[in-house]
Amino acid sequence: MAKTIKIRARIKGGVCEVKSLIKHPMETGQRKNKKTGKKIPAHFIQEVNCEHNGNSVMTADWGTAISANPYLSFSFTGAKKGDTFKLSWVDNKGESDSAEVAIK
Amino acid sequence: MNMKRRVFLKGTMASGAVAVAVGAGLLSPRQVLAAWPKSAFEAKDVSGAMNGIYGSDLAPASKDIEVDAPDIAENGAVVPVKVKTSLSNVESISIISEKNPTPLVAKFNMTGKTEGHISTRIKMGQSSNVIAVVKADGKLYSARKEVKVTIGGCGG
Repeated sequence: MAKTIKIRARIKGGVCEVKSLIKHPMETGQRKNKKTGKKIPAHFIQEVNCEHNGNSVMTADWGTAISANPYLSFSFTGAKKGDTFKLSWVDNKGESDSAEVAIK
Repeated sequence: MNMKRRVFLKGTMASGAVAVAVGAGLLSPRQVLAAWPKSAFEAKDVSGAMNGIYGSDLAPASKDIEVDAPDIAENGAVVPVKVKTSLSNVESISIISEKNPTPLVAKFNMTGKTEGHISTRIKMGQSSNVIAVVKADGKLYSARKEVKVTIGGCGG
């Protein structure tokens, strides 16, 4: 699968600030296909896992009401330049992706 | 995804999607659903959603939580929301959009290292309160902000 995740992790005042964008349709299952009138099946990210040097710093459970191409930002302490930050997601169809960056 | 597959999936929406995932030999969906609070995300009202994740729908308002969202959202499909809290020992932050067909939007599980803020973008079906529920030190707190939506972002 093509890369779906963009991450920026940067140390700011001793805290690592993470900003990420995931490419995903986040289909609610309530939208209708205009041509056929049939509902488009739900297809959305359910779990997001964020790791710093292999240790989980934040996990998220998402529903269908997260916007398409989700944006997520948060920050955590205890990181230094060059550490690795990894974000992975799994959706309701069992598809998944992950990306790793070095913290700046 | 091509049109034929959409047609193939019609009518058997949920089971069809799971079957495709299993058939493609991808990650087992059961494994995924185990940790994901399904009943809370499928709840049709705020108290159902809160009971589903926290086992209680009582969360007193707290001044230590700030919900940052626009007063008027032109497009309900993309409403930026930021939740900030100065409470200590934050265990999780949940975002609930009161009048969505299924109000629970997301639950963020924090760890000892995470700072007390989160920002994301959510969909809102119509004008309503955005409620942030924070679990800190084993107790529930909440804050809300009304957002007026010009065009809903949930149906079609």
